[in-house]
Amino acid sequence: MKLHEIAHARAGDKGNTSDLTVFAYDPAHFARLERELTPQRVKSHLGRMVEGEVVRYVLPGLSALKFVLTGALGGGVTRTLALDAHGKCLSSVLLGLELRDEGKKTRRSRRP
Amino acid sequence: MGAARKKIRLGAGAGYSGDRIEPAVELAEKGDLDYLIFECLAERTIALAQQCRLNDPAKGYDPLLEDRMVAVLPGCRRNGVRIITNMGAANPAAAAAKVRAVAARIGWPDIKVGYITGDEVLKLAATSRGRVLETETPVARLAGLVSAHAYLGAEPLVVALAGGADVVITGRTADPSLFLAPLIHEFGWALDDWNRLGQGTVVGHLLECAGQVTGGYFADPGHKDVPGLARLGFPIAEVSANGRAVITKVPGSGGAVTVRNCREQLLYEIHNPACYLTPDVTADFTRVRITEVAPDRVAVTGGTGRRRPDTLKVSLGYRDGFIGEGQISYAGPGALARARLATEIVRERLKLTGLQPAELRCDLVGVNAIFPAVHVRRKHEPAEVRVRIAGRTPTLADAVRLGNEVETLYTNGPAGGGGVTKSAREVIAIASTLIPRDAVRTGFVSTS
Repeated sequence: MKLHEIAHARAGDKGNTSDLTVFAYDPAHFARLERELTPQRVKSHLGRMVEGEVVRYVLPGLSALKFVLTGALGGGVTRTLALDAHGKCLSSVLLGLELRDEGKKTRRSRRP
Repeated sequence: MGAARKKIRLGAGAGYSGDRIEPAVELAEKGDLDYLIFECLAERTIALAQQCRLNDPAKGYDPLLEDRMVAVLPGCRRNGVRIITNMGAANPAAAAAKVRAVAARIGWPDIKVGYITGDEVLKLAATSRGRVLETETPVARLAGLVSAHAYLGAEPLVVALAGGADVVITGRTADPSLFLAPLIHEFGWALDDWNRLGQGTVVGHLLECAGQVTGGYFADPGHKDVPGLARLGFPIAEVSANGRAVITKVPGSGGAVTVRNCREQLLYEIHNPACYLTPDVTADFTRVRITEVAPDRVAVTGGTGRRRPDTLKVSLGYRDGFIGEGQISYAGPGALARARLATEIVRERLKLTGLQPAELRCDLVGVNAIFPAVHVRRKHEPAEVRVRIAGRTPTLADAVRLGNEVETLYTNGPAGGGGVTKSAREVIAIASTLIPRDAVRTGFVSTS
């Protein structure tokens, strides 16, 4: 299942830093998002687009996780060679992240 | 000062320089507003405006200023709506003169127009010992510096409002400050009442991108559906003296105000939600509560704040070479292979002709232009591919040559290449630095 099924997201930018916020549609899914969407996981999903670090902020009251990605915009909106200079599309790219099948994981962990 | 006012209605008339104008007219006519606020300055806009001003001293303000004023001044006058805007860009004085000229044409010769001065700090920045935040190199060593503008806060705007201006024009002012100023003015909030200023900053932040809180930048068919985006209504914040706000829009306009789009916009590009720095306050958004109180009416409370920073952020515009670009399309069987061949040919041509961009980017639009990590398998070959080649060059002539190397693929490249476009432009890039707040002297000029 893709993240898109249980979450929505918005992308923003400041200089060469991209700012992605992911929201659970259903607050009941927030714990799962918090478990799965680690900064490492987000960075590995976006691959070589992110040159710097990924910092995560957790906002349970809004069912939100914010990711601040440094060095993710090819030098920033004013000088990048990228077609999507602001990185507006990155929120949707992130929603393409494949979530782990939690059912399988549970069964496996129960094995002696 | 109207500290007795119970509720103030702020409307956002634009979320960026080129935004739609009719929603602002709708707000002026039917918004039952006290203030109509236009946020029109992106990071780079003011540096480009500075270039315009160098070419013509009477220019350098927002190119849509006149069209916007012609459209909204009649409604604002009729309904007693005051206007606040950063459309002054690099030339607030000329913008004020233009607004007066428009007002005179529509029969409002005694309009009071005020403008704010002091954000332009080029001399100060060029000689400062400050460092560029992004690179930590001294500002004084930044070659090709063309503009430096400090982000001003709400304070000078409050002075202008107290002076009775019908229209207040600024250059660089922090976006949320444009909305915070009328709240400070109307409710008599103290400039060190950090929690009120924090909540007012939440309100400003929600409104500053206009349609982005009423359903724009949000729709995802089947997941998040939004009605009437072609006639999207721009937002209104109905704010009480304690800072509680209800976000809404003109009844019958397109879009929707919901908890979901409000929370997306609340956290939009603020980085650390506990520490959102503005010239007015260090705002904390982490305790904000968003609740729907009626259809298209969403209550927002709980913004807080701490002491404002001692420094102001300055945007530095500098010349950063040129970008040349060319695009060409391929379709049908083998489109991807022909697109890749086209890219290889251009790369080789650049070597053969001695054109060596400092940085080169070759995209296949529809395949990997947005997300380079995607691996394309042969069986999933797209029906069409657009090659896009962009490079950074030291001269305009080289940027033009780069685009030409894509264009010559028409007659010298793979089969069936069509729809070439090319461009070459100078890059005015933006960097930032900080300067002591005390070094910036703001002023307010009233004209009538």
